[in-house]
Amino acid sequence: MKLAFKLAYRNLIGAGLRTWLNVIVLSFSFLIIIWMKGIITGWDHQAKVDMTNWEIGEGQYWQKDYDPYDPFTFSDSHAPIPQEFSEEIKSGDMTATLVAPGTIYPQGRLQSVMIRGMDPHQSVFLLPTRKLDTVIGDAIPSVIGSGMAKNLDVAAGDRVMIQWRDADGTFDASEIYITDIFSANVASVDQGQIFLSLDTLEAMLGLNNEATILTYTNSETTRPEVEGWVHKTKADLTSQVDELIKVKSKGSSFLYIILIMLAMLAIFDTQVLSIFRRQKEIGTYVALGYTRRQVVGLFTVEGTMYAVLAALLSAAYGIPFLAWQAHVGWTMPMDVSEFGMAIAQTLYPVYSAGLVAGTVLIITIVTALVSYWPSRRIAKMNPTEALRGKIQ
Amino acid sequence: MEDSHIIKINGLVKKFPMGKSEFTALKGIDLTFTQGEFAGLVGPSGSGKTTMLNIIGSLDVPSTGEVTVLGHSIGSLNAKEAALLRKESMGFIFQSYNLFGVHTVFENIEFPLLLLKYPAAKRKTMVMEALEWLGLTDKIKSKPPQLSGGECQRVAIARAMVKRPSLVLADEPTANLDAANSHNILKSMEKLNRELKTTFLFATHDEKVISYLRRKISLNDGMVVNEETIAN
Repeated sequence: MKLAFKLAYRNLIGAGLRTWLNVIVLSFSFLIIIWMKGIITGWDHQAKVDMTNWEIGEGQYWQKDYDPYDPFTFSDSHAPIPQEFSEEIKSGDMTATLVAPGTIYPQGRLQSVMIRGMDPHQSVFLLPTRKLDTVIGDAIPSVIGSGMAKNLDVAAGDRVMIQWRDADGTFDASEIYITDIFSANVASVDQGQIFLSLDTLEAMLGLNNEATILTYTNSETTRPEVEGWVHKTKADLTSQVDELIKVKSKGSSFLYIILIMLAMLAIFDTQVLSIFRRQKEIGTYVALGYTRRQVVGLFTVEGTMYAVLAALLSAAYGIPFLAWQAHVGWTMPMDVSEFGMAIAQTLYPVYSAGLVAGTVLIITIVTALVSYWPSRRIAKMNPTEALRGKIQ
Repeated sequence: MEDSHIIKINGLVKKFPMGKSEFTALKGIDLTFTQGEFAGLVGPSGSGKTTMLNIIGSLDVPSTGEVTVLGHSIGSLNAKEAALLRKESMGFIFQSYNLFGVHTVFENIEFPLLLLKYPAAKRKTMVMEALEWLGLTDKIKSKPPQLSGGECQRVAIARAMVKRPSLVLADEPTANLDAANSHNILKSMEKLNRELKTTFLFATHDEKVISYLRRKISLNDGMVVNEETIAN
């Protein structure tokens, strides 16, 4: 086997440009597959980190009637904050969010919104809720996301009218004052969301010490089940991202298959051509003491070594490229703020040893199979005819 | 005397399928060769020279009859055993050299030693020795496409001789060479035959080669028609 590798290496290096064309095509496949998989892994990682920081913490309790996909549930999805969480809330490891449906009237237009009341001193989320701890005359201090601000065509310091219904179903309206505009990659805390102080919203709705969502930061303790509340683990809350990434991965697999097939086509073609062009050489190997099976092995190793050389070449120019990409990221060519999913404008690829080793291994195995396939023909060759190059 | 026979051929018949019928290339050949011979199978194209050389070289098998080479019955060897016999005991020289074009002269000559798994130092010594026999020391790093026909054939001879085989089979070794180169090559082979006692068996119809042979076996239509030993 060692000899086969030595000879294969000599044959490939000796073949010059023909070898390098195959190697370059294959190395591109390596690089693009690793890079794309890295982008998807990076997106997954970034989406979960952003969701943790902006929306879900390490897990949540939802009031039993709350359904984020059904706005009609918002009016009734609130309940007193359970006594067992008071210590956790006091220590800052848990924060309450009260949710109510409302309508906003920017420049005479009308738009439905979700009004979220939050403790201005919470530290569970990165939201700039401290900007809610202020007094602006007769207006209600509020913060909104940059996507929402763009949508409403408002800026920090603007006043906008909002309307809501209190717990008894009575409509009321007031002006809000936008104290700050934050930028987050998580669309569900930006699009259609207005953040007010929890105390203010409770007063607006006529509720006291009630919440819709309780978000905690400590994932190490065993969470109790609480009557009237549904516990959602972080895994539950990120399952949709996982699903999305899974679908995205499957979609990109199609591209990987096309890339690998292109590279394999080049190798298959080279192998088939080699077997016809190198008949005398094959005959000579047999005459000098190789069995035909050993020649099949040599040609298979030779084909497989394209993958080895491609991996080395990819490492030479790919490692700096991938490292640079991990540093500067890949900025999406279009505005992603309205995609409705946790996705940053710039994605930073994340590569793992498993990803690189797995890609190299899969491509090497596929290359070996593609190299072996045409080489089997050698086993049926008559060496005396091969020596004269007479096989058609 | 019997022990010195390195090739024994008894009633060798070789048939090839030709459509629905068969073509008989060798029709009952009986021959023996002793160690150190410089012999040739001579005759026109289609007389069966190359077929016989291929069978002796274990690249092909007899249809009937018995061919024993260096104590091995060619017809009963499996692929592995035949490859081992060629690897350890035989050298081949071809009309079109059959050198590996992408390998250097050194690597071409080294190849049979690699197959024998000799250590690197031993390989180098043996290759350098073979290069000196054939006067190729200045071409060590050249590749076959950079060499003349005569030089290529000298490399092929060096490759055949480097492992000091008991038997060298040469099929039309001068067919692609001019007269001067042919004589040089033949003198080299004759010298190696005398110095190393290697048996050389040629398949040729080239008069220049024939003039060097010490034993001529004339074939025609698959049969031995004449045999001549030249004393010198």
